[in-house]
Amino acid sequence: MATETPIHTMPLAGRRRRRWGDLALRGITGLAAVVLAALMVMLVYEVAHQAWPSIQEFGLGFLTSTEWNAVTDQFGARDLIWGTLITSLGALLIAVPMSIAIGVFLSELAPRSIRAPVTTLVELLAAIPSVVLGLWGILVMGPFVAEHIEPFIIDHFGWIPFLDGYPSNQGLFMAILVLTIMVVPIVASLSRELFTNVPSDMKQGSLALGATRWEMVRSVMIPQVGGGLVAAVMLGFGRAVGEAIAVTQVIGGANVRPHNIWGPADTMASRIAAQYAGTATSLQRASLAYLAVVLLVISLLTNLAAQLIAARIQRKMRGHA
Amino acid sequence: MSAAPTPLSAVNRRTVRRRAWGRVMEGLATLAALVAVGVLAIVIISVTKKGLPALNADLFTKVTSTTGIPGESGGIKNAIIGTVIMTLIATAIALPLGVLLAIFSSEFAPPRVALVIRITLNVLAGVPTIVIGVFVFGLLVVGNGYSAYAAGVALSIVQLPVVARSTEEVLLLVPGSLREAGMALGASRARTVVTVILPTAVGGIVTATIVAVARAAGETAPLLFTTGIFANAVVTDPTKPMASIPLVIFQGSESPSPQDQQVAWAAALVLLAGVLIGSSVGRLLSLRSRRRIEQTR
Repeated sequence: MATETPIHTMPLAGRRRRRWGDLALRGITGLAAVVLAALMVMLVYEVAHQAWPSIQEFGLGFLTSTEWNAVTDQFGARDLIWGTLITSLGALLIAVPMSIAIGVFLSELAPRSIRAPVTTLVELLAAIPSVVLGLWGILVMGPFVAEHIEPFIIDHFGWIPFLDGYPSNQGLFMAILVLTIMVVPIVASLSRELFTNVPSDMKQGSLALGATRWEMVRSVMIPQVGGGLVAAVMLGFGRAVGEAIAVTQVIGGANVRPHNIWGPADTMASRIAAQYAGTATSLQRASLAYLAVVLLVISLLTNLAAQLIAARIQRKMRGHA
Repeated sequence: MSAAPTPLSAVNRRTVRRRAWGRVMEGLATLAALVAVGVLAIVIISVTKKGLPALNADLFTKVTSTTGIPGESGGIKNAIIGTVIMTLIATAIALPLGVLLAIFSSEFAPPRVALVIRITLNVLAGVPTIVIGVFVFGLLVVGNGYSAYAAGVALSIVQLPVVARSTEEVLLLVPGSLREAGMALGASRARTVVTVILPTAVGGIVTATIVAVARAAGETAPLLFTTGIFANAVVTDPTKPMASIPLVIFQGSESPSPQDQQVAWAAALVLLAGVLIGSSVGRLLSLRSRRRIEQTR
């Protein structure tokens, strides 16, 4: 089987077949790349095409108008944008320090024997399907948080804007918590990777100068990977902005401008999930597609920016090594 | 006069304070990791506790029910079959496409093109799955109605970056010496890829597939507008909409009926067990196949 004819004695037909084989494989695999490009173009075109009637009708005013009314056929996204921003940024506010701390723990503090298992467990958190997290969020976490945690925060910190009001089983805060659970594993595993790649001579040098481990983390490791952390946070932001299912399950789907972080509200993604399948008017469907366009633009921008930052860092790291 | 030396006691006090501060921060970091693992444990335990009572033979032998009559909550047989079929359709599209894409960008494409492909895959991975649902609705559902095909296509778009990115990663791990050895034996480029590189990387491709299957089985958003309304019966015709485990959970969580919620918990237990086992096996296999490839260096 292994006795291949040496190339110079191979009949011409065989050599030509070889070239054809190369061309065929290159062609087929290249076709896959063309399919990918076509898919991206079609995706953007199709979603924008669906949104077109609404874009024509409302223009950019769509983003600042608050009315969402299928009866009068008036649609605006401002309350939904608020909901999206509050839930995503709220989730990042909790998730980012936590994720960086987990990254530090997994790369520096944890005993070697438990690093790999704990890393796996943190990454498994990301594998929980969002619909399961949402089910747990609305039926288990919601009642518990509304009874034990929200009253405490309202009693003690109610003087802070947006933290006053009444506890609620469903609402922005539940969405923030569920999104936090989804964002933490992403940002934590990225920051762990960044921290493990910090050259150990820099860490040792700082410790040798008498820094404590925390001072070494704060003054050497975090500045060293700073941009990478920004990229990781942006990816987490993109994830939080686009999550539809779990948010729909816990946010309560109310058509209001949020006055505090406890009550029901809605986000762009969850509004699409809740209404797109059963729209009353064609303009409503187009407006939901308009929301999809906004989400698409946000995800493209954050993703590209994150990749740009990551690429720059890689170049810097390579320069350093 | 030169600065007076700081009294020793002050230095000590500051050192003690710095050390204590360090301890506190280290404690907080450890706490953060504990919380993350704790949340995973709490979710698994509470899904198990709530799902177990309904995890009986009926769950797997009866179809979904919407009667709402106590005792007639039904099972999820049709949803399990639907999820399996739609995941198979998705994988049948995403696996070959993803592997071909990875071969192209690691073996044939000029570096610049490979970079563009990588960026595009990352962007595609970041597109919200609900937007993919809207896209496939306009592409395949308008005019044709809901179908398992449409759902399969939507799920395959979610899977594609997963398969392609991790396959490319293992292909790039295959040592160049193997590639050169293949060529030196007089094999063509194509033949080297098919008989040397792919077999070396096959472990990694299998892993990527397992992870992608686990991902697709748990996705809900791409199903909402492609197979959102389904019959309470076993459907095997892919041109018709099928029930699916994620949608049964989604609808159960939105329903006030305790029966529906009970079925949702049981379905969540089945899904969570499948997805977590799939992801863990995938991870373990990936570590092993990586180690094996690195040994051939």
